[in-house]
Amino acid sequence: MKDDSHFDPSPAPGDAVRKTTCYMCACRCGIDVHMKGEEVAYIEGNRDHPVNKGVLCAKGAAGIMQHNSAARLRAPLRRVGERGEGKFEEITWDEALGIVAKRLGRIRETDPKKLAFFTGRDQSQSFTGYWAQQFGTPNYAAHGGFCSVNMAAAGIYTIGGAFWEFMSPDWEAAKLFLLFGTSEDHDSNPIKLGLAKLKERGTPIVAVNPIRTGYNAIADEWVGITPGTDGLFVLSLIHCLLKAGKIDLDYLSRWTNAPCLLDGDPKSRTYGLILRDEGGRALVMDRASRKPVPWDAAGVKPDLAGRWRHAGTTHASVFLTLSDRYLSDEYAPETVAPKCGLDPAQIHRISARIAHAAFDQSWQHEQDWTDFRGEHHTHVTARPVSIHAMRGISAHSNGFQTARAIHLLQVLIGAVDVPGATRFKPPYPKAAASHPRPHADTHAGQPLDGPHLGFPLGPEDLLVDEASAPLRLDKAFSWENPISVHGLMHMAISNAYAGDPYEIDTLFLYMANMAWNSSMNTQAVMGMLSDKDENGDYVIPFIVHADAYSSETVAYADIVLPDMTYLERHDCISLLDRPISEPDHAGDAIRWPVVAPDRDVRPFQSVLVDLANRLGLPGFVEGGEPLHSDYADYMQMHERRPGVGPLAGWRIGETGLTDGRGAPNAGQIDQYIAAGGFKTYAVPEAARYMKPFNAAWWDWSCDMGFTDAPAPYLFELWSEPLRRFQMAAEGIGARQPPEHLRARMRLTHDPLPIWYPPLEDGHADPVEYPFYVLTQRPAAMYHSWGGQNPWLRQIHGENVLYLPTNLWRSGGFSEGDWARVESAHSEITVPVAHMAALNENTVWTWNAIGKRRGAWALSPEAPEAQRGFLVNHLIHELLPEKGDGLRWSNSDPVTGQAAWFDCRVKVERVPRERISHPAIARQDSPVGQGPSVVARSTGEPDPAPGMMSYILKFLFMNKRLRANPHKEDEQ
Amino acid sequence: MTDLPETRSTKKLGLVIDLDTCVGCHACVVACKAWNTENYGAALADTDAHGAAPSGAFVNRIHSYEVTGDGAPRIVHFPKSCLHCEDAPCVTVCPTGASYKRAEDGIVLVNEDQCIGCGLCAWACPYGAREQDPVAKVMKKCTLCVDRIDNENLPEADRIPACVRTCPSKARHFGDLGDPDSHVSQLVEARGGMDLAPEQGTRPVNKYLPPRPKEDEIDVLAPLLAPVAEEPKGWLGWLDRALDRLG
Repeated sequence: MKDDSHFDPSPAPGDAVRKTTCYMCACRCGIDVHMKGEEVAYIEGNRDHPVNKGVLCAKGAAGIMQHNSAARLRAPLRRVGERGEGKFEEITWDEALGIVAKRLGRIRETDPKKLAFFTGRDQSQSFTGYWAQQFGTPNYAAHGGFCSVNMAAAGIYTIGGAFWEFMSPDWEAAKLFLLFGTSEDHDSNPIKLGLAKLKERGTPIVAVNPIRTGYNAIADEWVGITPGTDGLFVLSLIHCLLKAGKIDLDYLSRWTNAPCLLDGDPKSRTYGLILRDEGGRALVMDRASRKPVPWDAAGVKPDLAGRWRHAGTTHASVFLTLSDRYLSDEYAPETVAPKCGLDPAQIHRISARIAHAAFDQSWQHEQDWTDFRGEHHTHVTARPVSIHAMRGISAHSNGFQTARAIHLLQVLIGAVDVPGATRFKPPYPKAAASHPRPHADTHAGQPLDGPHLGFPLGPEDLLVDEASAPLRLDKAFSWENPISVHGLMHMAISNAYAGDPYEIDTLFLYMANMAWNSSMNTQAVMGMLSDKDENGDYVIPFIVHADAYSSETVAYADIVLPDMTYLERHDCISLLDRPISEPDHAGDAIRWPVVAPDRDVRPFQSVLVDLANRLGLPGFVEGGEPLHSDYADYMQMHERRPGVGPLAGWRIGETGLTDGRGAPNAGQIDQYIAAGGFKTYAVPEAARYMKPFNAAWWDWSCDMGFTDAPAPYLFELWSEPLRRFQMAAEGIGARQPPEHLRARMRLTHDPLPIWYPPLEDGHADPVEYPFYVLTQRPAAMYHSWGGQNPWLRQIHGENVLYLPTNLWRSGGFSEGDWARVESAHSEITVPVAHMAALNENTVWTWNAIGKRRGAWALSPEAPEAQRGFLVNHLIHELLPEKGDGLRWSNSDPVTGQAAWFDCRVKVERVPRERISHPAIARQDSPVGQGPSVVARSTGEPDPAPGMMSYILKFLFMNKRLRANPHKEDEQ
Repeated sequence: MTDLPETRSTKKLGLVIDLDTCVGCHACVVACKAWNTENYGAALADTDAHGAAPSGAFVNRIHSYEVTGDGAPRIVHFPKSCLHCEDAPCVTVCPTGASYKRAEDGIVLVNEDQCIGCGLCAWACPYGAREQDPVAKVMKKCTLCVDRIDNENLPEADRIPACVRTCPSKARHFGDLGDPDSHVSQLVEARGGMDLAPEQGTRPVNKYLPPRPKEDEIDVLAPLLAPVAEEPKGWLGWLDRALDRLG
């Protein structure tokens, strides 16, 4: 028997556990932070937490290294060199805040729109948006416009919810799961947990992605689609299902606008809108009386096949209109498959799988519920087909309509918010009409007239002046992209640089790496940030950047406000923002300082409170007195509406503590801490399915304060807001688009889902540039953040461009080769590798591995800064010129979503290089370079090995061997 | 050199890793590093941590392989750590007795106090599952989290290896492979669990569950869809009849 006394079999993981919320990506998992004294010893998933249920991904488990990162900023900085050089001096907080407050105060008193405040991957948008609104600038948004606004907008306009944030697959009950355009990221742990449940039950997984990595690798069926053609594929599935009659007619007639009659009179001012009676109620044909009646009249049987002949015009139902379109052979698998890079048999097979799961494997789920018409039901019909989609759908210029097509597919088979299907997560569902409209009315010294971001219902809601000029710097809610509900952060810098639509004074950024991986055309954007005018002044006069780490963007700031790490500060994962709900419960959470900072840093949100107090912003200061001392105080005491604040748990009710609506509670954060950092609120049984139509849901929604009145609605297969923009493009209405946009708007603002090729296809010659270039999110990295992490960079410290077999062979490539990759706009020279499990029209690499030399406390010799690269250089925020005298934006013409994945390239083998190109000049590091050796553990360094080993080591010295001789390189 | 235990309990603790479910996310790799750098012996060091050639000790790694052949190409993610072999060559090769296999449960461990960092065990291991710590210069390997599985300071549910506890896709299972009724043995039985490189003759305790057959290897469950009618008019007729049936 060997002696085990050399190790402790029962080490305590720590002497205390502090439960908070992860921030190593956007998923908001619960974590147990094990402390030894005041040092973090170990981080693991919180078993009780509803998001991750105890598990934790690679990023989360490496949080300890991010918290201790060498790249952490240590004190406020003032630029002393030129912009982009990274030369700074440390200043005090009083100095830094004094400078910023003075500048912002002057802007606010003269012209508030001269402040552009954009906040990246911010998880406090409800707060930062409120701050910007009280400041009075219209120029506020976060990163949604370059992430997944297509998904959010298409979902909310069509069904009142969207994938990921506001909906979840029914992992427990689905019989088929379709995953579109999702690489290894959002939402990370819930998807992996869900896939595990599907696998356990043997539920088939169909993955649609040009690249078969990550989740796609374990799918039962891989649809290796050509980028940008997903919409065509989905409309072909719809074609097959319609043709076979595999649709849920009952669901369509009761819960959607499919039976509504469309004004068929081309001369009418409401041509193509839904016919309404004098009270504004949508009309349907009643199948019993054969007369047009309001859709919600008592006893009405809405006729999906309704037609109304009246005054010489036929008004047909939405359903007839849509079935007419999609039954066309234009959408037959045999027609679309070649464009999608697929075999028609696969489209037939998947449509059969969908029909089989939705209809042959359906069941009646017992649940008593009452719909908004007052009709009582004893069951909900299960349609066990769940769908999830992410950036592969979103990041194309046709992504809005593609996401709409996916929702149309779901609705046609009755698979939204029923057992087995994708279900809403509170506070959703919420129709577009129930959201606010966007606001941009700005006046010196005044708050904005309402929230910045909202949901336009027609041209009257656009933020343009009488000459059609955009009111916002990013041109959100203008004719170029009317439904840009998340703003267009990716256009803020280039527009500010061009002074188009106007010049600004101060660009204020928070945790967005806009001088690197979060911008298209990175090199040019770096130039815009550092370019000077003829007087020698910077074209963008003043830049303030708040970040916890020494990123590429820090180098361009005039003032740097150092943030705390996620373990050091308060945060609020709020039901007013992006909470932690699941279909059967609402939930919210906090972060709190589980460890004190060892640097002169402050939490950014508290810095904003401080600035608001210095500026005397309404909502923050009353009668000259600050309302909040810091962000923690705001989290507890702020009321957005009476009784409704950032946190829903443990509010003060009439008789004691209550949830949802209630007065502020100054001890609320302590309650959250005691409860593990989060709280969940069970959706009542009767309210769990069919929420948009379910009276019990709306009652609960009002009780909780999600809404102030019930707001049931019908799914909008036919989108009237889109039709209103399309009508404007046709010349109808008072507000008219500029001439050059008419033709495109008519096409792209179709009220029914359509497919059109990615817009770049019409600008960059597909023959000359035959491949799409994509990125995928590695599971172990969150954007550029992970590169500073000594553990994670050993997993993803190198990136290569993967080439499909056809290109690998035709280009004469062999292992270790390099290639020049050229788009219509620019070129890069990078290392390449072969990959067979890849669509033949696609090349790709991991996202944001490449780093600028000198950033992130890495050595300039680091592989990330030598061979690592971004494809962003290839992608321009404007499409290539095509000889019409115009420069078209590289974004979705409906939402303004950055069309990252439309980019076309050609790829040529070149002699092997040592560094990738473009090789951007080094920036100075305000934090120096991280240590060479890291051996992370708490407390004292390990004791030296015992004497015996020294003696033996000496004996064997000349036999020392390299460790791990079989270790292979990572993929 | 070092002997394997002469008498052993029937208990054979090990991992069962499901290659059908592993998405290659590296959660297990990092959780392993995080637990084991803080516990059991010397910290797991990283050299050139911010430099040109970062290299650290990891005792669990994931390798990704592309599989081509008939049908659609695919990627298999392959997590690899010590397999706790019954005939562990890394133990018998050890000149100091630092490497040993526990008689009571078969876990292969290194007593770092006795390890001289000669590296013979790493050479002997056919799986490349051992790594020498670049700073402490002692041999590092998977301990099956021997300081978790009987750890009285952990809740019962957490007395499993850190990699198993954290695995988001539930691809990792821990248990007694010597007990045919254990859940891990049942999984191996049901899914045709396999040894890694059995020809090496090391009799690994850990088992791998192979990927299930994919689309091109199975019959489609559902028949292809038949149109309700070939002509557009016929489709409208079907619609009318179907709506009548709804009542």
